[in-house]
Formats: sequence, C-alpha cells, structure tokens
Amino acid sequence: MLEEAIHFHKKVFTTREESAPIREGYGKGLLEAAERDIRVVALCADLTDSTKTSYFKDRFPARFVEMGIGEQSMASVASGMAAMGKVPFFTSYAMFSPGRNWEQIRTTICYNNVNAKVVGSHAGVSVGPDGGTHQALEDIAIMRVIPRMTVLVPCDAEEARKATLAAAEYEGPVYIRLQREATPVMTTDVSPFRIGKAQCFYRGRNPKVTIFACGAMVYTALEAARELEEEKDIGVLVVNVPTIKPLDKEVCRYAEETGRVLTVEEHQRIGGLGSAVAEYLTEQCPMPVYRVGVDDRFGQSGEPGELLEHYQLSKGHIMQMVRTILGVKYVS
Amino acid sequence: MKHLKDREVAMIEKKANQIRISVIESLIEAGSGHTAGPLGMADVFATLFFSVLRYDPKNPQAEERDRLILSNGHICPVLYATMAHAGCFPVKELLTLRKFGSRLQGHPHREYLPGIETSSGPLGSGLSQALGMVLADRIDRPQSSTYFYCLMSDGELNCGQNWEAIMHAGKEQPHNLIAVLDRNGIQIDGFTRDVMPLEPLEEKFASFNWHVINADGHNIQELYDAFGEAQSALQPTMIIAHTVPGKGVPQFERDYRWHGAPPGKGPEDILTKDTQGECALKQLRSLKGVIVSDCD
Repeated sequence: MLEEAIHFHKKVFTTREESAPIREGYGKGLLEAAERDIRVVALCADLTDSTKTSYFKDRFPARFVEMGIGEQSMASVASGMAAMGKVPFFTSYAMFSPGRNWEQIRTTICYNNVNAKVVGSHAGVSVGPDGGTHQALEDIAIMRVIPRMTVLVPCDAEEARKATLAAAEYEGPVYIRLQREATPVMTTDVSPFRIGKAQCFYRGRNPKVTIFACGAMVYTALEAARELEEEKDIGVLVVNVPTIKPLDKEVCRYAEETGRVLTVEEHQRIGGLGSAVAEYLTEQCPMPVYRVGVDDRFGQSGEPGELLEHYQLSKGHIMQMVRTILGVKYVS
Repeated sequence: MKHLKDREVAMIEKKANQIRISVIESLIEAGSGHTAGPLGMADVFATLFFSVLRYDPKNPQAEERDRLILSNGHICPVLYATMAHAGCFPVKELLTLRKFGSRLQGHPHREYLPGIETSSGPLGSGLSQALGMVLADRIDRPQSSTYFYCLMSDGELNCGQNWEAIMHAGKEQPHNLIAVLDRNGIQIDGFTRDVMPLEPLEEKFASFNWHVINADGHNIQELYDAFGEAQSALQPTMIIAHTVPGKGVPQFERDYRWHGAPPGKGPEDILTKDTQGECALKQLRSLKGVIVSDCD
C-alpha cells in the first residue's frame, strides 16, 4: 500500500485524480524561490512560456534575462551572474540545455564551482509528436558524470516545486530534469523532500522486488505495484529516487529488503538512474539489478502513450519485468 | 582619464618587459605552454594592471574592484607574470607554472589562485561570463562604475558562442563591458586569415552595435587612451589590439609555430632548441626600459 508517511494526495488513484505538467511545478517553485531570495535570477533561451519560466518573468522582469536561442552563452552568462553573487536558474529544453552546452556547464559552472542551476524541460519520449530530436534521453547521464553536479528528477509538479526551492537554497551546481506532459499529482505540500533522500512510496505485502523509479515513471511504477499486488498477489517496494546524485545510501537497505532490484526511468538504460543504482549496489551490496529504460535507441514522433508502450516503459512492461525477475533462479 | 606622462609610459614599458622575461623564465621551467600570445599581450596586461584597473594586489577579491576576465586562458603565463609583478604573489612562484600542486594551473582556475575571476581554457566562453557579471551587477547598481574587462583572442572568434555573446551584448548595451581582442593574426594551425578568415572585424563588431576602437597593442599611450575612450562610451566596447605574436623576441615574432611551444621546444629553422630560451632572455633583457637588477 501507499506509504502514509508520504502524505499522498487524497485523490491519487481515484477517478478524480489531478494532473499537472512537472514543468509547471518548476515555474511555481522558481517564483516562490525568487520571492524568498532576492539573489534568484532566471535566464531562458526563447522558451519562456513552455518551460514556465514565464511566471518568474512576469513578476520579476528586471531579474530575467532573455537569451534568445543561445544555450551555450546562456550557461556562461549564468556562470558570470553566479560569480557576482546571484543564484541563476537557466532553462531550456533538456535536449539543448544541458544537451548543447555541456562543455560550458562543465567548465564555466562545475569546474569553476559557481552556484548556477541548470533546468532542462521536455525530457523523455513522452514529449511526443515533436519527435526524437526533442526527446532528451541522455541528460541524466551527461549531468551526473560531472564532478560537483547534483542531479534532481522530480516525480510530479509538487515535487518539482520543492526541488526548485531546495536547489535555490543549496550552494552549488544543480541540474533539475523536467517533463512536458501532464502527470498525476501524487505528493502534497507536506510530503517530505530533501536533496539526496530517496523515499519509499509503496510497500506491498511480503515484498519480493524493490523498484527504484524517478520522474513521471514513479506513477507508472506505482500503478504496476498496485496491480501486481491486487491481481497477482506479488508484493513489491516502490522507491522514489528524486536525487540521482548524490544517490541516497539508503538504496542499499531498500534493495536488501527484497534482494531483487528493478530500476525504472524515461532515459537511456545506459548512464541514468539504473546505472547509478547498479554502480552503488555493486560495491555496497551486490545483487542483480534489472533496468527498465530506453534500450540504446532514439525516440520518434507519436502520442506519449504509444511511445511509452513502444519503448517498453509502460505499466505492463514493468509488471512483466517483475514476473521475469521472480522467475529467475539465482546462485547465491 | 588623464594623459599618461612620459615617465609613466616608460614605467609601464619597463614592467611589460619584466613581465616578458618572467613569462619566458616560467615557460622554460615548465617545459610546456604557450609563448607567442603571452609575449604579444604583455603591453596590454601591463597597461591594465599598472594604470587602468581598479585593483588591490593585496586584496584581489575586494568588493569594489574592476573584473578582468581572461577568455583565452592559454595565455595565462602573462596574467600570472603580471599579477606577480603587481605584487599579488612572489615572482619566484612563477617557476611553479604547470607543476603538480601549483596555484598556477596550465589554464587558470579560479579556486587555485585568488584574483583569478574565472577558470578558462576551452575557448569562446569568457565574453559570455563577463556579460553575465555585467548584467548581475546592473540589477543591483544600474549606474555601476565597475568595469568588466574581457581579454580574448582573435582565433577564438571562430567559436560560435562568442557571436551569441556579441549579439547579446549589442542588445543589452552595457556601458561598462570592455573587451580587448588580441588581434595577433595567428592560431595553432596557422594564420587566422588561412584557418578561418575574420575580416572585416571592425565592421562586424560595429554591425552588432558595439563601439569599436583600433589600437596598437604595443603602444602604451594609445592603449591607455583606448581604455579611456572605452570607459566613457555608452555602448559595450571592443578594443581591437593589434599585436605581434612573440613580441620582443624577433626570432619568435609573427611565427604561428610559437603559438603553443615553449622555448626549447619550438621550431628549429632559426634557433636550435638548446639556444631558444637563452637567446630569448638575452634579447628581452637588452630591451629599452629594462633595469636588469629589477628583474629578479
């Protein structure tokens, strides 16, 4: 069942469930952060409305920098603003920032050790009809490999709001990954969130598999967990991992509860949450780790639902993976 | 700004040549690094540090300072040598350049040495950072009297990011952003005109709504006047400093093969490797304005 400690939204998993784009939570969080802290400034590369940076721009026009379509310069302008004591959030689609401006982020922000925040929206295949050029599937990998970078992947709009506020307070480079589509709002303003902390969202009876998930796939993993329990009598743990780096050391404890791990993310199987979890568990408590993600392919045009199905990121696929894992015999 | 007196010009020229000597000494000791750019920019650095910059060598991170952002980080031997001669740290520390544990990294790192405003090396990002600093400063102080000097190379204008920043500065029109372009005409693979032609540069910058000044990069008075004009301009200013790469050592001058080679590892058709260092130092020590006993 859903963990009470998370204080889930009362309507989640009902017919009256509420949805909001994760990026909208960012827009609200940024506005709130700016109201609390005069040092917060925002930059955007000609995508102010669709990244929801517009909430900030409308309220604080003097603290907003319109970059035009110049993501490389944007990262370095943000670095310069941070060097003068500002807390810049710079936003575009993840494909372009951090996709196009990786070296500027590495050198002028992380190597330089300045307090700038990279915000990449429209990550994952669920971007839909725009197609593979606009579906960032490598951003977690290229951000988490840079020293000093913190990587946040909020699971819903409310968590995105909290992640943005936390990033504003945190001293150092942060990457926040956002998604385009309306996603069920699971968490509430009293749900716990802390950078570096994973949270168990769902605890099935006598759990046999631990599922680590991030982003919008957390909801899909919860759907799978509920159905597995109700229809197949298979209990699993679902752990929300909104901080990919630094990874919560508690993942070991969650993994050891069941001895079998499945990771779920809308990202390449190479280099994302699954890799991060596997790297850590391999050293700390070795056990088999299965990874649901995009399997070394590019995205394409389509409706979000059909793309998630095509790339094996659906509830059904997660359920199938759990049954497969339980069917495998391990030599211990 | 006032006009420089003759003795002030002579003092800066002397400093520039001391800086050149230190550049060569540190490169010889390091056994790697860039020679042409640092020698070519010594006069610009000396003019900035000894007459233009508001800067306290004993407190290089003082709030009320002008910012010097070095975009082409590979010419850092001249920045380090200038800082040392300005009193930021002992001149003898220059001999640690590029060595393990040194504050003088092969390309500058902000956290290693106080007074370095930003880490640089990968070309093309300094102007954006300088612009970011200006824009941040402007939020708090619209009439700011702090100047932000971005030193950059002509070769790095190949990088697209520079043109993003040039366009952006043209839009924002900050009065206190002053870029200095080291127009020395060379880059690693050859002359800039062959690798990637840049001209007409003045017209390019002007068409992006920059104020443009051409200056002889080895004429202290002219450089000083250019900085004065830039400070009073209401636009971002690009000072195109026409310099001679390798300036001060005739055997090195205008030869792009000295871009990334230190004395002892340069081309051998004029000077053999084993004589390059000593010959360079000998010629620099004989230059006008140098008092040899001051060089230690």
